[in-house]
Amino acid sequence: MLWQGLELTVAVGLCAMLIAIGLGLLGAWAKLSQPSIIKSIANTYTSLIRGVPELLLILLVYYGAPTLIQDLSSNLGYSFIVDLNPFVAGFLTIGFIYGAFATEVFRGAYLAVPRGQIESAHAIGMNSSTAFRRIILPQMWRFALPGLGNVWMVLIKATALISVIQLDELMRNASIAAGATRQPFTFFLAASVMYLGITIISITIQRKAEVWANRGIRNV
Amino acid sequence: MEAFSDLFGQIPMTINEGTPISLLVENICKRFGSLEVLRGISLTAYENDVITLLGASGSGKSTLLRCINLLETPDSGKVYVRGELIEMSTNRDGQAVPTNRRQVSRIRARLGMVFQQFNLWSHLTVLQNVIEAPIHVLGLQRREAIERAQELLEKVGLSDKLDYYPSHLSGGQEQRAAIARALAMEPDLILFDEPTSALDPELVGEVLKVIQNLASEGCTMLIVTHELNFARDVSSQTVFLDQGRIEEQGSPDNVLDNPQSERLKRFLSGNYRRTI
Repeated sequence: MLWQGLELTVAVGLCAMLIAIGLGLLGAWAKLSQPSIIKSIANTYTSLIRGVPELLLILLVYYGAPTLIQDLSSNLGYSFIVDLNPFVAGFLTIGFIYGAFATEVFRGAYLAVPRGQIESAHAIGMNSSTAFRRIILPQMWRFALPGLGNVWMVLIKATALISVIQLDELMRNASIAAGATRQPFTFFLAASVMYLGITIISITIQRKAEVWANRGIRNV
Repeated sequence: MEAFSDLFGQIPMTINEGTPISLLVENICKRFGSLEVLRGISLTAYENDVITLLGASGSGKSTLLRCINLLETPDSGKVYVRGELIEMSTNRDGQAVPTNRRQVSRIRARLGMVFQQFNLWSHLTVLQNVIEAPIHVLGLQRREAIERAQELLEKVGLSDKLDYYPSHLSGGQEQRAAIARALAMEPDLILFDEPTSALDPELVGEVLKVIQNLASEGCTMLIVTHELNFARDVSSQTVFLDQGRIEEQGSPDNVLDNPQSERLKRFLSGNYRRTI
């Protein structure tokens, strides 16, 4: 039962991380762009999300969003019940929250890429998207990976919070098992070991990724 | 060329009649805030010309070079590459901006640029650096790009360093790789921005030799440099910049050995003392 919870935790975590990386890249691009509506949206996004507790946001999205949609649609004369799948709601919310943190990580990484590297890409005739894809992004990973590793660690532990929306991930299963067997110490300790296991594996993977990203530069 | 060099300074237009113009710069002005860096510079580079730009730090040499391929946007003035005008317009804030980004990229692909700090892409090996733009900008087949790169890297004496990362090369090797990278685009004109200024003295020679070979092959080049002897040997025309204006220009012999203005005389004597 804990194993199933572990699988679900990892699945939610990975999906959320993908969303966070996507949003992070988009957010960093927006924040670094010329002043515009897009930039203001990105600024609001990062300040707002980083300023409100995750738990609150999860509850807001899971309980608030369906109600909001239902109210809006009934005002327009439609009536249907929106029932969010807790898995999807979970990883979307977590991804949305950590996208704000990833935005700052990517923004810092972009600013850390030496100007000359970008200049020589433009000088040789690359347009912005080619320069980004071929030159800037590969170098951004060097500076982004330590920060992203951090985001991932916090994110995977934040998935424990989505137990509140009845998703049977590791935390909720441990809690249920602890209650049913009256052996809270055993099950919560087991769950802790599992979370720790995830982080230890993550550290190893992150190390490999950093070695790859820093090829030609330095030994990590 | 040698026989013409005396006349060259005075009547370049007639000497070069019939030779296509690679680059025409008309009245370029550029200011950074309140600092006027370029105050109306005009320059003509015919095909096979090697023009060296001299001047003290802050005279605007590098900025001029960077205005030509639009790494800096000139405030006013025109740049023609092989007769094609780089179109500029004015944005809402009254600043000059290139009208068409695609045109700028296309023209940049035809203008090689070699930087003082080399700026080789640090995540790519020497070979990957040289094939990168031919594949992703010109659309060359990988095999073809590799063949071209191998030839060029042999030419600059780096055929044994293909798989090295830039950080594992000496400055001189890095700069030669950067020259090969520029050549791989088969540019109409190459801009050199102080190519030897970041090098240890003993590595300067190997880079200058490569540039000299390019000159003898008829490569059109615009070179910002502090190496006066090199300028004398290699250039068909020497331009001395001071405070954003062209102070003197002509054949290297004329400019370097027979300076007219006080400013150039002072510059040359200062340099002379330094090299002793």
